[in-house]
Amino acid sequence: MSRLILDLLWRATAQTLEMVLASGVLAVAGGLPLAVLLVLTSPNGLYPMPLLSRMVGGVVDAVRAVPFIILLVLLIPFTRMVVGTALGTAAAIVPLSIAAIPYFARIAEVSLREVDTGLVDAVRAMGGTRWMVVRYVLLPESLPGLISGFTVTLVTLVGASAMAGAIGAGGLGDLAIRYGYQRFNTTVMFGVVAVLVVLVMLLQAAGNFCAQYLRHTQPSHKA
Amino acid sequence: MNLLEVDRLTRSFGGQPALHDISFTVGKGQRLGIIGRSGAGKSTLLRCLSGLDRPQSGRILLEGEDMATLPEARLVLLRRRIGLVFQHFNLLASRTIAANVALPLQIAGVPKAERNKRVAELLDLVGLADHAGKYPAMLSGGQKQRIGIARALAAHPALLLCDEATSALDPETTETILALLADINRVLGLTIVFITHEMDVVRRLAQQVLVLEKGRIVTRGKPADILDANHLAAILPPNLSQTPQEGSHAIVRLTVATQAVFTPLLRGLEQQCQASFALLHTLPNPESDEQVDVVVQTDSLSVATMNALQAHACAAEVIGYVPTHS
Repeated sequence: MSRLILDLLWRATAQTLEMVLASGVLAVAGGLPLAVLLVLTSPNGLYPMPLLSRMVGGVVDAVRAVPFIILLVLLIPFTRMVVGTALGTAAAIVPLSIAAIPYFARIAEVSLREVDTGLVDAVRAMGGTRWMVVRYVLLPESLPGLISGFTVTLVTLVGASAMAGAIGAGGLGDLAIRYGYQRFNTTVMFGVVAVLVVLVMLLQAAGNFCAQYLRHTQPSHKA
Repeated sequence: MNLLEVDRLTRSFGGQPALHDISFTVGKGQRLGIIGRSGAGKSTLLRCLSGLDRPQSGRILLEGEDMATLPEARLVLLRRRIGLVFQHFNLLASRTIAANVALPLQIAGVPKAERNKRVAELLDLVGLADHAGKYPAMLSGGQKQRIGIARALAAHPALLLCDEATSALDPETTETILALLADINRVLGLTIVFITHEMDVVRRLAQQVLVLEKGRIVTRGKPADILDANHLAAILPPNLSQTPQEGSHAIVRLTVATQAVFTPLLRGLEQQCQASFALLHTLPNPESDEQVDVVVQTDSLSVATMNALQAHACAAEVIGYVPTHS
């Protein structure tokens, strides 16, 4: 592999990471409150508001139903409004986040629902307000699950970010299409695939480690 | 004034009454046991008493405040006067032992320094001071329940409610947890209301017992009375009548010294009374460990027989009569 190709690979990896991490952070910032809202307002939640719950759920599902490549195009006017341009890495972060927010919201919702209702009862019986239940029970108790869900979201974002090449976002996917496919450069193609495989494995391993650590089942570590 | 006063409490789910017309009072420092089979309404009652659920009608007065009608914001504060111990401990896996015990204090807004002092005190009380930094997953069931009790005590509650607190534990651990609860009641003078399905727990811990069946209180009294009635009821034939009929057999309970069981007790009685005795059952005597209750059936019950029986045993009592062929 020539120095030039290595340089290309390195720049593309950095762009992919930039897109994935930025939209990952935004996915949590938007998706976690949505998930908490969905859990709290569900018919047997702490603030039962079935109508609101169903409306929010509907919007979440609607966004998830749109294929990402279509969303990318649909959101071009919105992206231009937010970032000033519809092209480039920063512009790709907008549709990536909008796709990832409902995705993570549904995953986080599952983790939040899995928290033992006995723990909610315990804190309510201690005289905890509903906010305290969220603060002391729902979020900390589901944290290992939330971390696992976040890992899944990041891996999905790595895949989705490849499509962002369509709007000139750069990144590994774009590199593979332009050099690997359109110019028949098999070396670049394999290089990109290798980097993607390693990237996803590293993300998954880091996610697993954090989730396991936070489960507090091993006596080996100190608090 | 009574610490807890429950007055004509009724709670139903979808038209099906789970609790019907429940009334009782608990004085300060008392230990009340509520016993019943599963489905008797114990859990519903406990949820009402802990303020997690509201009854349809009736009052639940804790220190004079009615939990049934109090607005949510005030109820939240009243719940802090109650410590709740759960069957499955319900400790937060994300918090250390110390942080679990500190939680009720944190909720009540107690400053950190004071919190730490109280937590150290409580961990000492339940004998787990050197586990403060561990997480619940690293403890045994008995240890978890000790932490559950420490947590329930943290905010100086007026009432300790135990929901099947020993039902998930093995017999030895149950012993130690019951001893701890009895200690807490004696030393701190804390009022304890506990629900259980285990007769033995009631015998060990309760001063007063309520027997709950199909959502109603069917019996109330001291553990000895309840246990006695329940044990006897379980072994007596269903066609028992209270009055003798032509040719019916009498069922008599003899209370005898434990050693007497090892002698030919019935044969001696038969010779003396010229009547036949069939042994139905022996039961531990609820009042004394040195005596047992022997339940016998006899074909002829005369005044002379009763006198002879009374002379032989510590006590003899006719429980009822059954038709000859049974």
